[in-house]
Amino acid sequence: MSPDLLKLIFGRLGLDSLPLHEPILVATFVMVALGGGALFAGVTYFRLWGYLWREWFTTVDHKRIGIMYMILGIVMLLRGFADALMMRAQQALAFGGSDGFLPAHHYDQVFTAHGVIMIFFVAMPLVTGLMNYVVPLQIGARDVSFPFLNNFSFWMTVGGAVLVMASLFIGEFARTGWLAYPPLSNIGYSPDVGVDYYIWALQVAGVGTTLSGINLICTIVKLRCPGMTMMKMPVFTWTALCTNILIVASFPVLTVVLALLSLDRYVGTNFFTNDFGGSPMMYVNLIWIWGHPEVYILVLPAFGIFSEVTSTFSGKRLFGYTSMVYATVVITILSYLVWLHHFFTMGSGASVNSFFGITTMIISIPTGAKMFNWLFTMYRGRIRFELPMLWTIAFMLTFVLGGMTGVLLAVPPADFVLHNSLFLIAHFHNVIIGGVVFGAFAGINYWFPKAFGFKLDPFWGKLSFWFWVTGFYMAFMPLYVLGLMGVTRRLRVFDDPSLQIWFVIAAIGAGLVFLGILSMLMQFAVSFLRREQLKDVTGDPWDARTLEWATSSPPPDYNFAFTPVVHDNDAWWDMKRRGYQRPLTGFKPIHMPSSTGTGIILAGLATAMGFGLIWYIWWLAAASFIAMLAVGIGHTFNYHRDFDIPADDVIRTEDARTKLLAGVK
Amino acid sequence: MNTDTHAAHAHDHHHDDGHAHGTFSTYMLGFVLSVVLTAIPFWLVMSGTLPSKQITALVIMAFAVVQIVVHMIYFLHMSPKSENGWSMMALIFTIVMVVIALSGSLWVMNHLNSNMMPMHEMTGMK
Repeated sequence: MSPDLLKLIFGRLGLDSLPLHEPILVATFVMVALGGGALFAGVTYFRLWGYLWREWFTTVDHKRIGIMYMILGIVMLLRGFADALMMRAQQALAFGGSDGFLPAHHYDQVFTAHGVIMIFFVAMPLVTGLMNYVVPLQIGARDVSFPFLNNFSFWMTVGGAVLVMASLFIGEFARTGWLAYPPLSNIGYSPDVGVDYYIWALQVAGVGTTLSGINLICTIVKLRCPGMTMMKMPVFTWTALCTNILIVASFPVLTVVLALLSLDRYVGTNFFTNDFGGSPMMYVNLIWIWGHPEVYILVLPAFGIFSEVTSTFSGKRLFGYTSMVYATVVITILSYLVWLHHFFTMGSGASVNSFFGITTMIISIPTGAKMFNWLFTMYRGRIRFELPMLWTIAFMLTFVLGGMTGVLLAVPPADFVLHNSLFLIAHFHNVIIGGVVFGAFAGINYWFPKAFGFKLDPFWGKLSFWFWVTGFYMAFMPLYVLGLMGVTRRLRVFDDPSLQIWFVIAAIGAGLVFLGILSMLMQFAVSFLRREQLKDVTGDPWDARTLEWATSSPPPDYNFAFTPVVHDNDAWWDMKRRGYQRPLTGFKPIHMPSSTGTGIILAGLATAMGFGLIWYIWWLAAASFIAMLAVGIGHTFNYHRDFDIPADDVIRTEDARTKLLAGVK
Repeated sequence: MNTDTHAAHAHDHHHDDGHAHGTFSTYMLGFVLSVVLTAIPFWLVMSGTLPSKQITALVIMAFAVVQIVVHMIYFLHMSPKSENGWSMMALIFTIVMVVIALSGSLWVMNHLNSNMMPMHEMTGMK
């Protein structure tokens, strides 16, 4: 075939795009191919494809979508953490003339992929998954406002993750750092596909994130059960509301910035170039207008989880509910006023830097207020040190430390010394791991029995907890030290042999975290095997306080046979105290949304379009775009959008639960 | 939420949450106002009545703001009470966000421009 024809069909994609010259990647590919092949064969052998398609891939049930988000987050955590281990090993080895084991070309991709994956495809899915699962249950709703949109949002997030994963074996990923600053990310300095993978993965996933934000805001505003006024909403729902408002307000900025960058790369505009009036500084400014709210998007729901866990396991009403709500709202607004602290050193001058330094310090006040609320909730409570509470306590200690280094970095003159150093790296891992990751784990351990009807195994859970916590401190405290000594981030080799010991300690810490992750996977496996012993039939294993514990575990498809009526902040606690009797008769048919495959098809086409655009396979991009429009319009003619669960089915489900509950008594 | 209308419309997914659907006269009023508010700036530019271009531009922008408000009231049926006040809240929040992002970016970029672009001093010296 002529080269022109090949180029028309395959764009930039050729056999040389496969990284066959990198033994690490080839070995990884072989492992992934074997693992994936085994999974594929297993699913085929047990004839699970039909089941997966009908019950999971096409579902519009917020609970199942929530669980799928969690699975996506955990799978991507393994990938992101593999990158982390490689970086720690490389930096521990590359001393005394040694080049380590990662060539620069590969190492730069590893640290970029690590950041992108951990934020967009680990933290975001874990947070969104928990909100998706819990919020409708906490507000007594049957599903989210737009169930089909929810399915579509999830698959768009998966589409972005698929593109990032594809870059591992087809072509390469960006070598720019996780925010892809120009001019490095411009076509002149990054002519290959890496940055294009970055752009389209984030654009595809970003659509999903934004739509799911709109969906959850609408759900919280419109679908609360009778009696649940705004100031009677559980704190987790409040934080979810604020987080989704932040998502809707900030993600469009990211979309636009990346769109401008892709115009620079694809059609030769000059928004962020060095010449022709372009300004790379504008990119930095705009992307942080999204980027700073993003970190609060992640951490606010974690705060919500800790609030629920603290009051449940202290057996007390949350101290200072109102102040907690106002602190959350204030953080929501303030998170928009601090973005410049990410680039104090770019040269804005004293007045601008002081303004943003002060706003940054102010934001620690509502956060501190939250910390005191949790402490006062625990004060004189009967604290049960179950797994969710352990993670919460670890969070409180770790996050205060991370917050203090954050306030230190908020002082512009100090930032001039610490900017871009490992001190910064230690700081944001301290708050993201200590806040978001510990929060997600507290949430997983807390709500797992709700989702599956059995608790998670405490032994492996505690093992995982101690490995994670000690591993975290061992991995990141040395980085504070190194940062104060002036070591900058993203370095591949080192000259000064006196630094090596700190990197070795950090690598051992990362190893401990690895054991923590393995223990967590063991915890899931062991809990599944011991599910009969760990079983919970009450639906309320922790003697908890909010509405999601009022229904069975796992909840029926329709969540609540009758919409609950709320009279108090801690609705379920209040119901228990007033001797609530579960209704046993009078069930009616329940109106529910139907499953649809349109979401996964649309997202698949969007991913194909992204792939086409990355490799300049224009026919593929155009064809998938047109197909997307066609499927989208076709879906508007789908009139089988809802159905009624017959009253008989409801009666059967509820009677089964009545029997279970009677067995307990 | 009006439960009666809600139940009546449960099957055609028509959620009536008490927002006003305009009448013929309010739509006409909105239309006429929009036309007038468009025609005046047009005339200002075409005739050049005002003494300076800057004043004309400012007046046009003022008319544009009024135009936005007219659209929100007569076509989007927004009022402080619509959707239990959520519309108003969302509007205020949006304005705050946009003002922060725009004014902040202008301020930051202006400083960066004067501090970090060496060409400025050169042109100043000429």
